[in-house]
Amino acid sequence: MISERKTVIAREPFDPGVRHRNRRAGLWRRVFKAATAVGIVFLAALLVSIVNDAFGYVAIENSIDPAALSPDGTPLAALPKDVLTQILAANVSKGLFRRFEHDHPFEDRTQEDVHGLVPEHVVEPKIVAQWTLWDSLTRQRAIAEDVATRYPDAELRFETWLDVAFITSPQSADAARAGVRTAILGSLWTIAIAIVIAFPLGVGAAIYLQEYATENAINRVIQTNITNLAGVPSIIYGMLGLAVFVRALQPLTSGALFGLADPTTANGRTILSAGMTLALLILPLIIINAQEAIKAVPNSLREASFGLGATRWQTIWHHVLPSAMPGILTGTILSISRAVGETAPLVVVGASTYITMDPSGPFSKFTTLPIQIYQWTARPQSVFRNIAAAAIVVLLGLLLSLNAAAILLRNRFSKRAL
Amino acid sequence: MAMAENERELRTLARTGSDSMRGLRRRPRVAETLIQTFLFICGAISILTTVGIVYELGKESLLFFTRRQWEQTNKPLAEDIEADRTAFEVSTSGKPLPVGELIRIGEEIMRVQLVEGGTVTVERGVRGTTATAHRAGLEIQAAQDVTLVEFFGRTEWNPQIGKFGIWALVNATLITSAVALSVSLPLGLGVAIYLSEYATEKARATLKPIMEVLAGVPTVVYGYFALTFMTPLLRTLLGTRTVEIYNTASAGIVMGILILPLVSSMSEDALSAVPNSLREAAYALGATKLETAIKVVVPAAFSGLTAAVIVAASRAIGETMIVAIAAGAGPNFTFNPFKAAETMTGHIVRISGGDLSYNSLDYNSIFAIGLMLFVMTLTLNIVSQHIVRRFREEYE
Repeated sequence: MISERKTVIAREPFDPGVRHRNRRAGLWRRVFKAATAVGIVFLAALLVSIVNDAFGYVAIENSIDPAALSPDGTPLAALPKDVLTQILAANVSKGLFRRFEHDHPFEDRTQEDVHGLVPEHVVEPKIVAQWTLWDSLTRQRAIAEDVATRYPDAELRFETWLDVAFITSPQSADAARAGVRTAILGSLWTIAIAIVIAFPLGVGAAIYLQEYATENAINRVIQTNITNLAGVPSIIYGMLGLAVFVRALQPLTSGALFGLADPTTANGRTILSAGMTLALLILPLIIINAQEAIKAVPNSLREASFGLGATRWQTIWHHVLPSAMPGILTGTILSISRAVGETAPLVVVGASTYITMDPSGPFSKFTTLPIQIYQWTARPQSVFRNIAAAAIVVLLGLLLSLNAAAILLRNRFSKRAL
Repeated sequence: MAMAENERELRTLARTGSDSMRGLRRRPRVAETLIQTFLFICGAISILTTVGIVYELGKESLLFFTRRQWEQTNKPLAEDIEADRTAFEVSTSGKPLPVGELIRIGEEIMRVQLVEGGTVTVERGVRGTTATAHRAGLEIQAAQDVTLVEFFGRTEWNPQIGKFGIWALVNATLITSAVALSVSLPLGLGVAIYLSEYATEKARATLKPIMEVLAGVPTVVYGYFALTFMTPLLRTLLGTRTVEIYNTASAGIVMGILILPLVSSMSEDALSAVPNSLREAAYALGATKLETAIKVVVPAAFSGLTAAVIVAASRAIGETMIVAIAAGAGPNFTFNPFKAAETMTGHIVRISGGDLSYNSLDYNSIFAIGLMLFVMTLTLNIVSQHIVRRFREEYE
């Protein structure tokens, strides 16, 4: 045996191949690093492409030059009401003018109101071309020349798609005037309803499973079921919402039961249905997060409380919940930010494609920020991409502040616990 | 509060007399029981959700498969017929009537027995309907049953003209998911190995939040990204003639980025769970970092990694907004990832986008698709849980 091994070594000198192996290790280390870098590059590309679309030059063509309208060259905004009314009467069709008169007599209208009609119906500014932020910054001169040759009548302007007016104005068919006010309010309403329903139920279920449930068949089924529900695609929740909340519970969700139904729709496609659907969607996430938080509370705390003669509920309410609260709240806020970004289930539940009225309560028709983004992105006209990008910035801002709130909350609570 | 309650109890004890009278038996605590019941109901609501999903999907799908759909043939009746006429003239326009199948004129259902040129011989008033007189010019409708064979055996989906082949949609779902997985698995595993085996504590502290941001971006934003960034990029790289404006490849790649953080965080958890003693043993034998990672750590974490892959697949199949925006709006059975094709989820979103009327064919059909989707994702999730439980390597 021994002699045999000696001969082998003698024939082939021992070579661990360290250099070769180290080179390969180094190569692969770079590959793994590159994979991580690719992830970051994608995130950067995502953010850059959104910002790139949210700002940039636009070429606007007016069907009538506003300066030519004004009799003595004063800007339109400074003209008195009757002059503006004359301009309107002279430039729009008789039928349209009669309709304005019918909607709201010109005698009662304010100067601003009449002035608002002039650009929309007489000047009719139309965006004929738009450029990305990158192009606007790097190719200014080329863009100016391009506009001068292709659209001689157009005015070139740097458009900040995301501005205060965008956030405060309602939806509009005209991209330049459209805003996300209705969508933001819709998002806030649905989320509020989702929280009110899902938070108590979720925390309650988590307490039951962590503190009360014994190891038996029912509790095992509940636990497995929650894990599986967390993996169900969100669109399935949308279909559940459509079948149960919108259709089966229509008297409740449309508000007809309370005599509060919105007369224009009076069906179940309301904020309440949307909020309840989102509540079901985030319920498993809240339960799982809350369970983790409750699990992390040391047992000594419970035992000390029991030792002092406290009942189970007293122990939970006075000791377990307070020390699990930061974890529960963080988990809840993370689930909420998931709900804020959900689109598919709400489309299925029946978000309205076009509403300009602010929601007045849980029985109103609804649209939300992600749905607005989806509808604008799906439009063929490229100018809607720009306002979709601006709406995305708003949505990401909202999510970022939610996450920041989660972190702040966690820090504050954990300090107090110490 | 607890003190006050104890005091009250002591006082009650003093009033009622000796301890031995009431004994040390456990007294029923109504409030506690009520609270426990309420909390149990909270837990049970999740079961109700599942029951609701299964019931609604099942009920509507059953309607989809059992309800007889009536399809327009564009073939009007050519003459007035009495209730006892069994042979009559029909127009030559429209679709031919199938022999042996059911047709409907007005409310009456008939069975076609013979077709000779423009003359049709039928059995009148079948299926519980009564034979009545009909006027010329009435539209003839042909019965259209959705059978499971048709559902799973055909590749064309267009319920309006009686095509119910789910494969057109499933195929697109599988293509987008396959593209997404082929992007996210290598990248995700790479990221996970880097983070758990190579990265310093400091690098990990910055990289992990970035991955979490990637995971927190709403999917509709990824859809926008696919349509306005990835598709133009693909079209520039591969030519506008190969790549259509809506295509499954672009949606799949962006979906891969979406599930990358999921794969990397689940894989990293699995890798970090491998005890350090294993790594140290490998180093002691002279293994390089790569050899330790690939030959020791990855095999030890294999069950966790497999679970990550399966959960990622399930997520990709159920993903909706990216494919709804970027993959195309129309069922199309193709294996070419650069062509437009509608996935199951994309189809559900497009169909339900308008004011969908209940009990319509479209309404029932999206529930059948939804049931299919639910079964696919649920199976994958259960398999992944099973793998984690069954093949977990336990270390002390």
